[in-house]
Amino acid sequence: MSYIRLMIAFIKIGAFSFGGGYAMLPVIEEEVVHINQWLTESEFIDIIAISQMSPGPIAINSATFVGYTHLGLPGAVLATLSVIAVPFLLVLFISQFLNKYRDSNFIKGVFSGIRPAVIGLIAAACISLVDTSITDIYSGVIFLVILLTLIKFKLHPIGAIFISGFLGMVLYAI
Amino acid sequence: MLSLKKLFLIFLKIGAFTFGGGYAMVSIMQKEFVEKEGLVTDEEFLDITAISQSLPGPIAVSTSLFIGLKLRQKKGATVALLGTILPSLTAIIVIATFYHLIRDIEQIQYFFNGIRPAIIALILLAAIKLSKPLPRTLFNIIIVILSFISIVFFNIHPIFVIIACGFFGFIFHRKGGSV
Repeated sequence: MSYIRLMIAFIKIGAFSFGGGYAMLPVIEEEVVHINQWLTESEFIDIIAISQMSPGPIAINSATFVGYTHLGLPGAVLATLSVIAVPFLLVLFISQFLNKYRDSNFIKGVFSGIRPAVIGLIAAACISLVDTSITDIYSGVIFLVILLTLIKFKLHPIGAIFISGFLGMVLYAI
Repeated sequence: MLSLKKLFLIFLKIGAFTFGGGYAMVSIMQKEFVEKEGLVTDEEFLDITAISQSLPGPIAVSTSLFIGLKLRQKKGATVALLGTILPSLTAIIVIATFYHLIRDIEQIQYFFNGIRPAIIALILLAAIKLSKPLPRTLFNIIIVILSFISIVFFNIHPIFVIIACGFFGFIFHRKGGSV
């Protein structure tokens, strides 16, 4: 596997996967498993497990993993930088564009429609996670405990992540 | 003005402790930059999230780039990006090396089983917080419900929902509707 192919594959993943998070998985699978055959199906499922153990966006996690397992540290860095190349350029371009036309009626109008849509999209993302995340009584309990603690005690999200992990260790070990 | 070092450290913290993917990271960015530091307003954060969702690539990466750019221009964006991806990069290399050893440790599985439902609570609250700056107009309420339904029940891709809602907003705005 050459560096060039690795770079092209992850630039494509960064450029064509919309929706973030698990919505990016089919695009990653296509490149990594089907087109380039760097991983088998079952190794690809391991990536999901590994991503869940690692902080950060799942696309970054899988880029680093594929790059590292095939071409070592340089591969890891190259794949990671490739996956963010297109988003990086787009953000630079768009923020310049927006600074220029922020007050135009067109931009104002478009954003007045997009803002409420984002709320609907994020709520929908929650629903899509319920299937795989709230699978039994314990996960249901953890969900409610964390939700109430976050609301009632204004707990920091990082604190919530660790408390929920320890709750999982205690509850599932019983 | 926020120093580049402080900006880097905040993103490093977010990058290091956010298990559960991009949306969970966005909820922590909201906590850090809107609630704690007051450097980004509710409305600006909502706009940044909206654009990031419309772009390809990881949402957390685009969001951190926009925040970095807004606070300290291009240097800020670079610093924000590095803070976001460095912990992830390091963690994956460590885990990939030892994966065959830790894969079967039950305690680790339990820890991550516990985190998953909590991520939903975090994202749900982020949606509620993000909705705060929006006026409760009929237009906004309809768009929230429409976009939710079109994804959950009709499996329409988010990018099309965003384009359509941007179009509705433009039409409604031009007709002089108060949005």
